[in-house]
Amino acid sequence: MTPETEAAAPPTPIDVARVRQDFPILSREVHGKPLVYLDNSATTQRPESVIDAMSNFYRTANANVHRGVHRLSEEATDAYEGARNKVAAFINADSARSIIFTRNTTEAVNLVAHGWARRHLRQGDEVLLTVMEHHSNLVPWQMLAQERGCKLRFLDIDESGHLQLDHLDEVLNEHTRLVALTHVSNVLGTTNAIPTIACAAHSVGAKVFVDGAQGVPHGPVDVQALDCDFYAYSPHKALGPLGIGVLWGRRDVLEEMDPFLGGGEMIRDVTLERSTWAAVPHKFEAGTPSVADAVGLGASIDYLENLGMAAIRQHEVKINEYLLPKLRELPWLTVYGPKDPHGRCGLASFNDNQIHAHDLGTILDQHGIAIRAGHHCAKPLMRRLGVMATARASFYIYNDLDEVDLLIEALIEARKVFGLAT
Amino acid sequence: MQGLDDLYREVILDHYRTPHGADVLEDPAVKVEGFNPLCGDELLMEISVDDSGRISGLHIQPNGCSISVASASMLAQQLAGKTVEEAVALKETFKSVMRGEPWPEGQDFGDLEALEGVKNFPVRIKCALLAWMTLEQALAEYDPALAAQVEADDDIEVKTH
Repeated sequence: MTPETEAAAPPTPIDVARVRQDFPILSREVHGKPLVYLDNSATTQRPESVIDAMSNFYRTANANVHRGVHRLSEEATDAYEGARNKVAAFINADSARSIIFTRNTTEAVNLVAHGWARRHLRQGDEVLLTVMEHHSNLVPWQMLAQERGCKLRFLDIDESGHLQLDHLDEVLNEHTRLVALTHVSNVLGTTNAIPTIACAAHSVGAKVFVDGAQGVPHGPVDVQALDCDFYAYSPHKALGPLGIGVLWGRRDVLEEMDPFLGGGEMIRDVTLERSTWAAVPHKFEAGTPSVADAVGLGASIDYLENLGMAAIRQHEVKINEYLLPKLRELPWLTVYGPKDPHGRCGLASFNDNQIHAHDLGTILDQHGIAIRAGHHCAKPLMRRLGVMATARASFYIYNDLDEVDLLIEALIEARKVFGLAT
Repeated sequence: MQGLDDLYREVILDHYRTPHGADVLEDPAVKVEGFNPLCGDELLMEISVDDSGRISGLHIQPNGCSISVASASMLAQQLAGKTVEEAVALKETFKSVMRGEPWPEGQDFGDLEALEGVKNFPVRIKCALLAWMTLEQALAEYDPALAAQVEADDDIEVKTH
């Protein structure tokens, strides 16, 4: 998310009732109660337009891409490459050719680890990460560091859940070759100051990889303004299909990278002994791609842009402004992350001082409320916070303030189930 | 709510609030740690066995949800003074009940029977089983002849000390 500019006109607020009509799943019940879906940071739901786009592709244009001379293959290729163009415009990439489709953010991290870091990192080099990383932006670097004899360093958070930027110069030095960090924390909701960190990283000659899995869904993203070298995200966390991921990389950096997976689609020429690689981005897309997922991704971007990413950001701030004080009113809850509703995406992680997060998850589920309970694939951050698990309620465009009330009521009800004071 | 009342029975909450097995043992015969990586629940178990083959002491330090803590507490309550053979038999019974079998007739399983409601919450069954899978490994540590009864589990890991 890029900092909002003061001068911009306020976006048109999201009409939640109208938005909800576009999501077929929201009309279902869970345990006899209307579904209250608050697990959007894990994956969002899909609007009818995305489901239709994918279904229509299979019904009317299904073919493999980039190889047929027949009409259907041409249409499928156009649809696939059209989605790439939409992604490029959506995150303000310099060129659609710098957009690589992967399976998810995790695969994008692994692609950069294999294609870029393996080539450039030597023994004694350092990779700077943060303590708030999702396992997807930690484990691949651990594996690489072990293989290459590199050192991992970590930027810590302060008590408010922000990165300790004043300690950046203690962990960043001339040995740092890569800084890999999340745009927005999937537990704390903290939005990190990417341009500031990228500027410091570049000043010591390090590249910057940004895990945007929780960034793209929640507000406008401009990868060029963020000044990073790589940016990855998972469209399924922003209304898109499961099973497709996006990696953007600076063209000059991508050009000098090794391929990740070898096979069909990614070659220029193949003899029995050796092969040469296709141009970027195809060099990084071995095998038949998930074309229908790309088509669905394109439709999800259309949907988001129709609402406006600034409006989505504003909606989440509105949720935060209502949600955070309500949670803090419950004296038995600990709420994690920044206090400022503007400094975080529309989620809250919290713990009841007597009821384990898994028990909260079960009790809320009986009320039809879907939240996440556990370590959120961020075990080092759980250790840093001194907890085993947290409960997390994450909101999106189809959630409104009445669902905050339902959440709060259910949290009070959980105390009653456990025979605790409210 | 019916389902919740069935899961969070008062007896379960009592065990959660004040778990059995809190007393630390001097020089236990075995010490193992159970771990459910899916949810992060952990549990330390120490067992002392006297010369007659009876469990003379059981220390459990559970760190997890109400179901895993209550299950561990009931395990400590039920196994104190039991023989190792009896412990193996109770563990087998409990595992089979969690897999959907009825309690064997004519026997009183005490508070443990309250955990039956967990069966209706499939994602929580592993919570109830953590202590018992840990016990399984602990017993095999005590008597290697019991190693054959240790069942590999896709989720629950047990480390020995």
